[in-house]
Amino acid sequence: MCFLSADPELVVMTFPHLSRSLTGLIAGSAPVFHHRAFSVTAVAAAIQKMTRVRVVDNSSLGNTPHHRPPRVIHVYTKNGVGKVGDTVLLAIKGQKKKALIVGHKMPGDRMTPRFDSNNVVLIENNGNPTGTRIKVPIPTHLRKLEGDYSKVLAIACSFV
Amino acid sequence: MAACTNRLDKFILSMRLLRNQQLQNERFLSTSVCRPAPEKDSDPPKFTPPPKPVIIDKSKTIILRKFLSPEFIPPRQRTDPFKFYLERKDMILRRKVLKIPEFYVGSILAVNMADPNASGKTNRFVGICIQRGGKGLGATFILRNVINNQGVEMCYEQYSPLIQSVEVLKLEKRLDDNLMYLRDAMPEYSTVDPNMKPETFSTSGEVPVNKIKVRMRPKPWLKRWERPKFNIQGIRFDLRLTPQQMEGAQKRAEPWREYDMMKEYDTSVLEEQIFSEVQSEMSK
Repeated sequence: MCFLSADPELVVMTFPHLSRSLTGLIAGSAPVFHHRAFSVTAVAAAIQKMTRVRVVDNSSLGNTPHHRPPRVIHVYTKNGVGKVGDTVLLAIKGQKKKALIVGHKMPGDRMTPRFDSNNVVLIENNGNPTGTRIKVPIPTHLRKLEGDYSKVLAIACSFV
Repeated sequence: MAACTNRLDKFILSMRLLRNQQLQNERFLSTSVCRPAPEKDSDPPKFTPPPKPVIIDKSKTIILRKFLSPEFIPPRQRTDPFKFYLERKDMILRRKVLKIPEFYVGSILAVNMADPNASGKTNRFVGICIQRGGKGLGATFILRNVINNQGVEMCYEQYSPLIQSVEVLKLEKRLDDNLMYLRDAMPEYSTVDPNMKPETFSTSGEVPVNKIKVRMRPKPWLKRWERPKFNIQGIRFDLRLTPQQMEGAQKRAEPWREYDMMKEYDTSVLEEQIFSEVQSEMSK
């Protein structure tokens, strides 16, 4: 009962994941459009199934807006956890696409960078990148993947 | 006749008052040296001029700022202090090779790291220090910067042999010891120009405190920074939170914690000892 009389802003703030669904239901409130399209969890973890990722290259598939963010549906490692340098399978715009992880929110080894978003670069099955440039900084320890993903490193603009 | 005596009385009274005033003044400000009364039979004492006053011009003497890096202070543990002594010796050995300057959380640093994977073998990162953690040889500091609209943080180990140089580009303190809330703040507060020139700072006097109050992104934040547990002074809560929310956060305050005697750890004596030890070792 108390929720119905509560300030819609407050309710929305306490339940951020309902920010889009509840706003229309609360009587007498205009829809509140929030800055972020989805809620962000507090726990920073490496990349696993169902993580929403950010595509950082300039491919059309990664940059055209869609009503659903790209999600990881499979991680190509022994355990299901993906770190920098691992390949994952993404579901973007209703199609499956492989991608390479180039940075995650989880703190890793000392002396390696930690990014504020889970970054991913779209890749073909043979390891060639889909886009032509990566503006976001890439960790330098990816260079040891010289053989497989040298073309991805070649299109990177800056290293951290 | 009566008027005359009246006036005389008044005159005498005023003279007495003046004398009293004079005496009182003399009592408070005696500029003359107090000399004992001369003995009746001896000669009057020789005139000794007063000693010249020594003027210490405080503006000319330079007192270097005392700074002991926080990782030198050992935590409160049941380990032998000898272990910390040995660790300090190793830290000093490393500090003789690599100059680790004085810096605080909120200062802007540039670190050159040896990286076999990077071009030119060195990797340079410029950022604002958001946290200093760890004690002893495992001491770390985290630098944060926003590059190409991407927030990047690097956690460096201070005593790692991979580090080639640490420069302080801007020395300043902030209102808090831990700036982790910059992850939830607007990106302009974490942006540092990678080609920034080092600013000169004085080695004496107080470290400048940047009293900036940061604007935050809309909630949800990574942590509930408004809670008194974090005790954050450097956020503009009034822009994002209502006074009711601030009051609700104050419900989590634990005011009895500051009186908890089991948590008391007074490091002042230990700091003095360690500071003098480190100073003497470094100057050798």
